[in-house]
Amino acid sequence: MATTHADPHADHGHQQSFFQRWFMSTNHKDIGTLYLVFSLVMFLVGGSMALVIRAELFQPGLQLVDPAFFNQMTTMHALVMIFGAVMPAFVGLANWMIPLMVGAPDMALPRMNNWSFWIMPFAFALLLMPLVLQLFGIGSGAPAGGWTLYPPLSLQGGSNVAFTIFAIHLMGISSIMGAINIIATILNMRAPGMDLLKMPIFVWTWLITAFLLIAVMPVLAGAVTMLLTDKFFGTSFFNAAGGGDPVLYQHVFWFFGHPEVYIMILPAFGIVSEIIPTFARKPLFGYQAMVYATASIAFLSFIVWAHHMFTVGMPLGAELYFMYATMLIAIPTGVKVFNWVTTMWRGSMTFETPMLFALGFVVMFTIGGFSGLMLAMVPADYQYHDTYFVVAHFHYVLVTGAVFGIMAGVYYWLPKWTGYMYNETLGKVHFWGSTIFVNLLFFPQHFLGLAGMPRRIPDYNVAFADFNMWSSVGGFGFGFMQLLFVYIVWKCARGGVKATDRVWEGAKGLEWTVPSPAPHHTFTKPPVLRDEDLAHGDVAH
Amino acid sequence: MKKFRPQHAIAGLVASLGATLAWAAEKAEPWQLNLTPGVTRTAERAYEMHMIMLGICVVIGIIVFGAMAYSIFKFRKSKGAVPDKTFVHSTKLEILWTAVPTLILVVMAYPATVKVIEAYQTEGHEMTVKIVGQQWLWTYEYVGEGVSFTSRLDRRSDRLRQSGVKVDDNDPANANYLLDVDNRLVLPTDTKIRFILTADDVIHAWWVPALGWKSDAIPGIVNEQWTEIREPGIYRGQCAELCGKDHGFMPIVVEAVPKAEFQARLAAMKSANDTTARTAALAPAAAVAPKI
Repeated sequence: MATTHADPHADHGHQQSFFQRWFMSTNHKDIGTLYLVFSLVMFLVGGSMALVIRAELFQPGLQLVDPAFFNQMTTMHALVMIFGAVMPAFVGLANWMIPLMVGAPDMALPRMNNWSFWIMPFAFALLLMPLVLQLFGIGSGAPAGGWTLYPPLSLQGGSNVAFTIFAIHLMGISSIMGAINIIATILNMRAPGMDLLKMPIFVWTWLITAFLLIAVMPVLAGAVTMLLTDKFFGTSFFNAAGGGDPVLYQHVFWFFGHPEVYIMILPAFGIVSEIIPTFARKPLFGYQAMVYATASIAFLSFIVWAHHMFTVGMPLGAELYFMYATMLIAIPTGVKVFNWVTTMWRGSMTFETPMLFALGFVVMFTIGGFSGLMLAMVPADYQYHDTYFVVAHFHYVLVTGAVFGIMAGVYYWLPKWTGYMYNETLGKVHFWGSTIFVNLLFFPQHFLGLAGMPRRIPDYNVAFADFNMWSSVGGFGFGFMQLLFVYIVWKCARGGVKATDRVWEGAKGLEWTVPSPAPHHTFTKPPVLRDEDLAHGDVAH
Repeated sequence: MKKFRPQHAIAGLVASLGATLAWAAEKAEPWQLNLTPGVTRTAERAYEMHMIMLGICVVIGIIVFGAMAYSIFKFRKSKGAVPDKTFVHSTKLEILWTAVPTLILVVMAYPATVKVIEAYQTEGHEMTVKIVGQQWLWTYEYVGEGVSFTSRLDRRSDRLRQSGVKVDDNDPANANYLLDVDNRLVLPTDTKIRFILTADDVIHAWWVPALGWKSDAIPGIVNEQWTEIREPGIYRGQCAELCGKDHGFMPIVVEAVPKAEFQARLAAMKSANDTTARTAALAPAAAVAPKI
């Protein structure tokens, strides 16, 4: 499977000016890099907001920020992390890896690819503008009604909510275009012989995620547009005094919101499903079951939304239905976890940093899955709902789940991107430091929630003091470990031990057949596919 | 600090009466790790459901993480493990680990269903309390009795939180920091009480952990809940739905008293014509610290 890099003049990357390369690029690798760098910046911005929150909660009393600003922080932290850090990171990985994994020369729609990325910096400039203007004494700061923007609260503030709404519209356009591009690439540009059921799992999970994005981003856009007209044009979609219904917003929002959480975890499933076989030196166990489980999770994500709303006063039948439907998600999710563990079984494992993050993902995502199953149970949810137990749950699935998945992927493919190995010792320090601190950060929050601490409060009763202090220490520790991550990535991009083409002994798949670093243009002629080169090897199952 | 003694005396009395369960459920304890069974059947149901789920999850966790740990120690390359590349699929295993979790879910769903249905049995209530959430206080009304009053964060907590200092968690006077109100909601024990909840401005949620449920109070919508408190005592909670800048500062305090005492307190509230007297009847503590 020779690479298609015979003509050096085809490699335009080195002839472009900096501006041409990074601002006008239609190259999937450069756009992938832009997405990843953007997401890293947003990760640090959103992380700083989290540290403001944890600093205020370090001890009882209001020492640092006033409650209104605290609420701005919780709101913006969530929006920045979800739409700015996690989603663009996955799109960046998709941009870089999907063409390499399916043997395509680029994304199907390269110019649209450029546009989907370049919307993002403007969207986030808009999102963060009220917060920045506040520093100069202009306006009342960012929206403070929570990232879910529940009316009537979200409409109570000033005009700042319009910034958020338009930013969400832009992000939605970007996500939908990205999703269209990914679907078009996967369905049209696979190398000859790359049947759908021979595709790497990461490609599969992204294909399904892209459909989720196209289905639900317009729903969110619709919901926030109704907020906009309620606020500025006198409509009453959600205003009870005008005949509207505040709960309607919650239904529409969570019809977006629940698939959204799978948008943030399915690609991580894919990454982990690539990494575990590589370092267990054994094909992925139950490849087809993994594909079907992913599709089942995606389908179920559309029919469980109101489990976020068990306390709004739904009728008995609705409570029972949403409880049962939510419980069903445990089955395909369980299948995935069992398949990962069985992939390790009778393997030959080594524990380089990507594998450590993948193993950490499996353990801690499963813990988040357990608390998710507990939250599904209506009688217990009457207690858990809107407490720190929920905060602990979704941070286990989003930080130790999605973010650990992204980091596993970054370490895994970084040598392919840069051509150099990252510093393995520092990588391991980063993993162990992050794992210890992230558990110190989020595990005690289960206890706080069970003891009765509501979420989104800037100050608390003294009984919650000890675990909050632990949690804050964990938060700062985890935050500073990520500076190490930035250093490791920066160092690796600058140089180091040359990476081989295969990089990892057990790595399978087309992306490892091109040189490291991957040249600017790859697979300009479609590769010849051999089944044994594929990650899951056994194509019969 | 003196003005708060009567309140602690009442709390102490409750404890000394041997109502240890009620005492434990009054509010969160430092280092508390778990839910408490509370003082109502609803809270007990939540606790039971929680413990069933926790137990099942711990067992599954031990099996899954155990298998993973075994693989990590046994099947490592440094120990000379050779990968079994033929072990990549097993229909039997796939069926097994789809079917067994399904059965476990059925086992979970049964008690959950019974408990939810029980929670929805609102008929047969003996009295109704209307709860209205406002930014940032609660209004309570004993429906049909002509008694209503507001309940907001106590002045001491309010001063303390606005002072910007660290609240000393070793000072017993701070034990109820942010969990104290000027006027408590007095309720009778062993009485099925129906609540109707709504809000004036934005969505709030009324939550007292010892009672075992929370319910959103939504403007334009009336929600219904009920409780039957078993033990006299003082039970504390907070607003549980983000409702603006003082969301963290609208606590809820329920004082559960025996039926006869409740009737006396209610009568006193009815006969009280001026605010001061009403406040005194509602909360002895507030009588020592009169409103300005």
